[in-house]
Amino acid sequence: MTAFLNVALVVLMLSSFLCLYRIAKGPTAPDRTVAIDILGTLLVGFCCVFALLYGRDWFMNIAIVWALMSFIGTIALAKYLQGRFYDE
Amino acid sequence: MNEIVAYVVIAVGLAFDLFGTIGLVRLPDIYNRVQAATKCVTLGTCFILVGVTIHSGITAMGVKALICAAFVLMTSPVGAHAIARGAHVCGVQLWEGSIMDKYKDDFGQPERELDDLER
Repeated sequence: MTAFLNVALVVLMLSSFLCLYRIAKGPTAPDRTVAIDILGTLLVGFCCVFALLYGRDWFMNIAIVWALMSFIGTIALAKYLQGRFYDE
Repeated sequence: MNEIVAYVVIAVGLAFDLFGTIGLVRLPDIYNRVQAATKCVTLGTCFILVGVTIHSGITAMGVKALICAAFVLMTSPVGAHAIARGAHVCGVQLWEGSIMDKYKDDFGQPERELDDLER
């Protein structure tokens, strides 16, 4: 079923480009932060599809570490937003 | 049989992912975008990870996928709440069609009012 996994990669790629559109366009800083968070979660899905496609289990290690780092980055950006105004 | 079920679950997860990111692009303000994007994409990615577990059974890959699913399910809503709170504290206005702001009722105005398009 390589064809299905290729279609899955195309769908995830489309979702990622929608996220990148929001990062580029998004009018305020929190919009961009949300889009970065969502992009991190989508990349976990990418790792899963790659793991099934190539049959290597270390892609799941990358997925776990990526989820952890994405969460830490999101929390850091949120704390940064709370203490800051736009012109500082 | 296992493989068919796994691919169906992964397809459902991909649909959730796609609709969540469409919501991220189409909805009017930051709070609506947080709702749509975070809930849909978290559930979609969890479906993909559970699909990997169903596909490969109790192996190293399957158990790691299950652990990763639990982790994503726990952390992603926390991140979304933190971002929404940060956006409110930092002064991003609600969409003009919004009808209530419970956070403002409980904790007062943001320290400075800013228009949605102002940076």
